[in-house]
Amino acid sequence: MHTPNLSRRSLLGLSAGASAIALAGCGTAGPGAGGGGGDTATFWALSGQPNEGIYGDAVEAFNAEGEGTVEITFFQNDAYKQKIRTAIGAGEAPTIIYGWGGGGLRTYAEESQVDDLTGWLGENAAFRDRFVESVWGAATVDEKVYAVPLGSTQPIILFHNTKVLEDIGGAAPATWDELLDVVEKAKSAGVAPISLAGQSRWTSMMWLEYLLDRVGGPEVFARIAAGEPDAWLDPAVITMGERVQELLEAKAFADGFESMAADSNTDQALLWSDKAALMLHGGWTFGSMKASGGDFVQSGRLGFSAFPTIEGGKGELSNLVGNPCNYLSISSSATDEAKEVAKTYFLDGYMTEDVTKAIVESGAVPVVTGQDDALAASEDAEYLQWVYTSLQDAPAFTQSWDQALQPTVAETLLVTIEQLFLGQVTPEQFAETMNGTAA
Amino acid sequence: MTTASPASAPARAQRPGRRPAGAPEPVQLSHLLFAAPALLFFTVFALLPLIGVVVLSFTTWNGIGTIEFTGLTSWKEALTRSSTWHGLWLVMLMIAATWLLQTPLSILLGTFLAGAQRYRNVLAILYFLPLLLSSAAIAITFKSLLDPNFGLASGLNIAWLAQNWLGDARLVWVVLLFIIAWQFIPFHTLIYQGAVRQIPASMYEAAQIDGASRARRFLSITLPQLKFTMITSSTLMVVGALTYFDIIFVLTQGGPGVATRILPLDMYLTGFRGNEMGVASCLAVMLVVIGLGLALGVQSLGGKDASASQMEGA
Repeated sequence: MHTPNLSRRSLLGLSAGASAIALAGCGTAGPGAGGGGGDTATFWALSGQPNEGIYGDAVEAFNAEGEGTVEITFFQNDAYKQKIRTAIGAGEAPTIIYGWGGGGLRTYAEESQVDDLTGWLGENAAFRDRFVESVWGAATVDEKVYAVPLGSTQPIILFHNTKVLEDIGGAAPATWDELLDVVEKAKSAGVAPISLAGQSRWTSMMWLEYLLDRVGGPEVFARIAAGEPDAWLDPAVITMGERVQELLEAKAFADGFESMAADSNTDQALLWSDKAALMLHGGWTFGSMKASGGDFVQSGRLGFSAFPTIEGGKGELSNLVGNPCNYLSISSSATDEAKEVAKTYFLDGYMTEDVTKAIVESGAVPVVTGQDDALAASEDAEYLQWVYTSLQDAPAFTQSWDQALQPTVAETLLVTIEQLFLGQVTPEQFAETMNGTAA
Repeated sequence: MTTASPASAPARAQRPGRRPAGAPEPVQLSHLLFAAPALLFFTVFALLPLIGVVVLSFTTWNGIGTIEFTGLTSWKEALTRSSTWHGLWLVMLMIAATWLLQTPLSILLGTFLAGAQRYRNVLAILYFLPLLLSSAAIAITFKSLLDPNFGLASGLNIAWLAQNWLGDARLVWVVLLFIIAWQFIPFHTLIYQGAVRQIPASMYEAAQIDGASRARRFLSITLPQLKFTMITSSTLMVVGALTYFDIIFVLTQGGPGVATRILPLDMYLTGFRGNEMGVASCLAVMLVVIGLGLALGVQSLGGKDASASQMEGA
């Protein structure tokens, strides 16, 4: 009759669920895995426009020239990040590995999963020199270059709403005190001073990146990224945390910012709907605000400036933080033929004039030199030229922390940052927790 | 993601269907043949990975390098870090809260829907709709609805709905428990509805003749008759809560801070974000052991003789 014999079923369910870890290791590696056969190089890239269209077209054009075949497959961002690691671990990586440089690339390089390209770049100096110098840093691990730059540069920019600033009688802040002044004025005018999607964590991280740079200079994080002992205990880290506390006390971030998520772009919506004065965000939001914000960008209500300097701080106004660009590496486990195709693709196919033109048209700045004319001709000339000049003038371009650090540390970092912005940990506790991860 | 129902389907198939009365016992070979698919499935997708995880828990592995056997290092790390115990406490809280919230509601709804009236059938269909949606879709939808600036609050112009739903360590639990209940109560209601319909009408008729009120009949007939169903449903709830992952992962990522970083989520983040596969495997083993213990515990509540009929005298 009613004979509950569930222990077996629950065992099944449990072990199947809990052991997903082991299963993932032996899962299929997706289409086109295993380095491809003969003169075919496989290439995994991120889905989503405009990049999917641009890179897809570039591959198509290259394949038509008959120098070899590149097989491109697109993956959604978060899914890709986890898939690529599993695939590399299982020896199922594509020939061309798309990445972000920094800490992730270091792990691959240390495990000899990606090829050292230093020698090859020496032979092809003309190719190397096409790229803006500052973007090579994140592709370099212990003096050796393991990746080539791809796409556009995405520094973090302090955006503002010119109409809101005008209404409240403020101006784009160039110093910390001016920033606090804007916060004060916005509060009394009843608009949110700063739009921040705090739930996403990396959004709050952008504030810390600039604060640490302006307080202690780029060297502080450089020491942290290099894994120097007690680098997190630098007094500048504490001061950075205190500046965050100062902002929290002033209620500088939009009400409920802890619940706002960046994936739905509501932080951008606050800015373009005239409900917030400032927003610190990646350069890529320019394109999406232009697309979703009605006439926000076209009517000139979107303003942009460098992150303010802090009195007594060491960082310069022109220092940048953010994502230098994306990177492509070559898998060590690919066949020699596939590697050859990949290198030919790097030389002749992947950042051609058509590609850089398409990137400019999409409202971004390609990491290739000699773009002044193309940028000047663009309808977003003012913004793009400003970014391009900032990029070339920047004495230091600090990579986003979660990409510069090892993945294990990055995960703890994001949780601890959220706790700092929730007021659950003090600046001292923040520094100590992070210092513990480096041990 | 709850209890990996695809895996349990063949387990059910393992039990042979109704044999025609008087048919002889099947021979050994057919026994094996019938069992083979399920056994194979079980071995490949449950037993082998389980063994793999136990082995991995004695290693240190970053997911791409070489797997190094390091004895108890990972276990020491897993048992000494605070997030493990925090996650364990949270998952226990999750089990207790979901059970207390969902069981009474499911029983009442199930009993209500067991009635034969047509309008109840229409309601039943509406109630079961959330069951058809994927957890990820539910989580993404609620995330948008709960947005403080552009969510339900501004859409409906109801000011009190604009709370810090996902950013407040207490409110986020209210939100989670509500969404999980919204998603899973239909399933448990379905189980109870079926069980209530199986209770012989003669019992109710006899009670009615004795003058028992509606509430009395519910308490003295319906509830006791649902004993084994409650055990089934509770087992699924407890084991399900132990593996809650998708909704929380999409909705909060364990935040704000670590307020919703329950053990299964901690396992995933440790393994696939932090790339500490050894430690994550230790957590996985802990979850399996706890899950088995709880499942057996709930089962044993039904008494030693699980096959005893509840319908004596019916």
